[in-house]
Amino acid sequence: MFKVTLQVNHKAHTAEVEPRTLLVELLRDQLRLTGTHVGCDTSQCGACVVLVGGKSVKSCTMLALEADGTEVVTVEGLAQGDKLHPVQTAFHEHHGLQCGFCTPGILMSAVDLLARTNRPTEHDVREWLDGNLCRCTGYHNIVKAVLSAADKMRGGKS
Amino acid sequence: MSNQGVGAAIPRKEDRRFLLGKGQYTDDIRLPDQLYAHIVRSPYAHARIAAVRKSKAQAAPGVVAIFTGADLAADQVGGLPCGWGITNKDGSPMVEPPHPALASDRARHVGDPVALVVAETKAQAKDAAAELEIEYEPLPAVAHLADAVAAGAPQVWEQARGNVCFDWHLGDQAACDAAFAKANKVVEIELTNNRLIPNAMEPRCAIGHYDAANDHYTLYTTSQNPHVIRLLMSAFTLKVPEHKLRVVAPDVGGGFGSKIYHYAEELLVMWASRKLGQPVKWTAERSESFMSDAHGRDHVTKAQLALDKEGRFLGLRVQTLANLGAYLSTFAPAVPTYLYATLLSGPYHLPAIYAEVKAIFTHTVPVDAYRGAGRPEASYLVERLVDKAARETGIDKVEIRRRNFIPPEKFPYQTAVALQYDIGNYQATLDLALKAIDYKGFEKRKAESAGRGKLRGIGISTYIEACGIAPSAVVGSLGARAALYEAATVRVHPTGGVTVMTGSHSHGQGHETTFAQLVVERLGIPLDSVEIVHGDTDKIPFGMGTYGSRSIAVGGSAIVRALDKVVAKGKKIAAHLLEASEADVEFKDGKFVVVGTDRAKAFAEVAFAAYVPHNYPHETLEPGLEESAFYDPKNFTFPAGCHVVEVEVDPETGVTRVVDVAVADDVGRVINPLLVEGQIHGGLAQGIGQALYEQCVYEKDGQLLSGSMMSYCLPRASDLPNFKVGNHVTPCTHNPLGVKGVGEVGAIGVPPAVINAVLDALAPLGVKDITMPATPEKVWSAIQAAKRQRA
Repeated sequence: MFKVTLQVNHKAHTAEVEPRTLLVELLRDQLRLTGTHVGCDTSQCGACVVLVGGKSVKSCTMLALEADGTEVVTVEGLAQGDKLHPVQTAFHEHHGLQCGFCTPGILMSAVDLLARTNRPTEHDVREWLDGNLCRCTGYHNIVKAVLSAADKMRGGKS
Repeated sequence: MSNQGVGAAIPRKEDRRFLLGKGQYTDDIRLPDQLYAHIVRSPYAHARIAAVRKSKAQAAPGVVAIFTGADLAADQVGGLPCGWGITNKDGSPMVEPPHPALASDRARHVGDPVALVVAETKAQAKDAAAELEIEYEPLPAVAHLADAVAAGAPQVWEQARGNVCFDWHLGDQAACDAAFAKANKVVEIELTNNRLIPNAMEPRCAIGHYDAANDHYTLYTTSQNPHVIRLLMSAFTLKVPEHKLRVVAPDVGGGFGSKIYHYAEELLVMWASRKLGQPVKWTAERSESFMSDAHGRDHVTKAQLALDKEGRFLGLRVQTLANLGAYLSTFAPAVPTYLYATLLSGPYHLPAIYAEVKAIFTHTVPVDAYRGAGRPEASYLVERLVDKAARETGIDKVEIRRRNFIPPEKFPYQTAVALQYDIGNYQATLDLALKAIDYKGFEKRKAESAGRGKLRGIGISTYIEACGIAPSAVVGSLGARAALYEAATVRVHPTGGVTVMTGSHSHGQGHETTFAQLVVERLGIPLDSVEIVHGDTDKIPFGMGTYGSRSIAVGGSAIVRALDKVVAKGKKIAAHLLEASEADVEFKDGKFVVVGTDRAKAFAEVAFAAYVPHNYPHETLEPGLEESAFYDPKNFTFPAGCHVVEVEVDPETGVTRVVDVAVADDVGRVINPLLVEGQIHGGLAQGIGQALYEQCVYEKDGQLLSGSMMSYCLPRASDLPNFKVGNHVTPCTHNPLGVKGVGEVGAIGVPPAVINAVLDALAPLGVKDITMPATPEKVWSAIQAAKRQRA
């Protein structure tokens, strides 16, 4: 077993992991942050996306040991207290989620996109979300929600 | 409260927990002392299991137990039952082979469970499973329909000669023959409805927890219908009384049919927990889902349509082979029969229909209902055939449909295949969809595409489907071994809040909002005063669950009936409080009012009086305000509509893109337009997936080639356009809400529209047929073949 120390949602954690332990297993099984989901075993679905050092990463494809010394943000770290992140609010308002299983990964992925560009086109959003599968929404309302969040964030409103 | 009641496009109550990452899916649950199970599955499509040697795996770190089929048999654990029996043409019953939870003598498909390894951690269970020595003797196997019905084909079951499970028919053969005898034109088609793998985003998961002290069983499972699972486990597999068994389906991450069925793993974890005295959990890896979740579709069909000289339909003959896989899944036999052949009339006046369906066993994963279940197979056949008839007769594809529609004044309409459509207006949805896509402007867009070297095509589908399954007496007479009503309890609390217990289950549909809107509408209380409870057999009296787009039509109607009872009792209480005659009290805008006066009692006052009955009609009424209802539908409901699709094909590469989709659906009265549109979007994505991307591929010997998301192509955001969604309402005539159902219309309506569009685009090149999915390779090959033929 090896020791790994990291920040998750602005809190310091130290955990003992096997070399093969994946970051998503550390988050779900040891830190009990079960908002991050596992939807596949081939890095295709993106339900496990979290931010590592501010960038979106499929946490099923990163070893826990690789995350040593990093800052991780999961879906549980998006809202500030009772106040939802603008991306979360937009998904609610535009019905951008149904079963909710892919939602955490898509939210985290969208947050990264909007950190890179504050004026994405519909095409940009669809291309960016290529690493996230959703089986419920047909993506229509997800795309709408991300574009709406971008608008709101540019306007400085929540 | 009308801004929160029926018809209000309000965002969902349940969103918050999912957005915060606080949803509670089965795999998120960790019980104290929980053990982990790994299932060892057959790598062969067909093999004799000669021996299972446990010793090495048993010695692996953390291993608690290893179980095989012999252990289940020793405990007299039952096999997985089939819930629907079909009668053959000759009156004999279908072949119904055994379906043990663990295969003991013979494995019959890749993924067939053979052993259960239980260990202290998930990793230990998986590591130990790799050490389990199973001696297989591979046998000849068959996966494809054409091979399975060929002479001398490997047999899946000795008792099913020629691999035929049943040979069934529907309709009047003589009337159909007569129709063809007087036809001016007969149009023929042969097509395949491709095999699909549902892929709900949440993999299946189950936790069994046996509490020996109380002799009580709890199963947490990813199910669309926890009460059905409890019923089947109690009566057939685990064989413990229902009052000793609790089944909980917490947040469930999509189902699309694949989570209806009673699966082996549910039984295995529950039984193993009893054996071991600790909770046992199993979570599917996605590659296991591919080889163990029930698949969908997989038909090969020949059909002939007879027309008169004006292009009016006279008769339809259909011969279908349906692949059922190696075992009969819970509702499998109903899908290619009563959910398929009964829809072959489409939205058309089609006086004579005769359908023959042979269901075939193969060495593949069981096939059962997947979003649409039988109806997509019917709409794909009918709408491809109608388009072919338009091309062969020279009648415009819109005109031939209009000419054959059942006109709005002809309802109720009795079809030639058993169903009676209650209401519809197919012209209206056709007109709406054509307008939305700007049908008249198509030639201009086509020329614009041509300027960029692309072939543009437009395709239409005017579909019908049947939801709201179903009148119990009818389905009982057709072989269903269950009834298909729904149950609801409305509990009014002393301070006026309301909890509704529904037997429907929500796994993305949004019941916690939609069903609450029904309460807001009826009782006039705010949305925040209503809580919808579902998914737990200990909390909800009974239910049949969610499938076949039945939740609002059947489950919603049950809630309305229970609400009616609440209002009726409330009137009695209010009459007493107001010292008025019950006949003079009406319930309006959330108040019980003495008609023609300003004397009134608010709903909350009546609720309070029911629980604090100091002033109460005790001689005629019990205290309390809680009512239950079971709603058994009078008929199916019949959503219908028109889907129009435009595609662009790159003739150099065969790459086909859906560039525009406009749909107009009649799903009956709409409770929440925001959610209804969301359901349609999702169905369209899966339907476009079937038409262009998704294909379950088995090697001829039964190896699953499309066994992961790397090789099974699910539609992604960049594959799809935005959708134009419109509706036209003809309210259902036989349920209290006028609703029909919306969960499956997208997946039923759009696949033929996509393929008709592709064929429209390729028609100038001489391409006459393409099979789903229309992948670049298939489209390119079809273009090349047509070129060669013309050269």
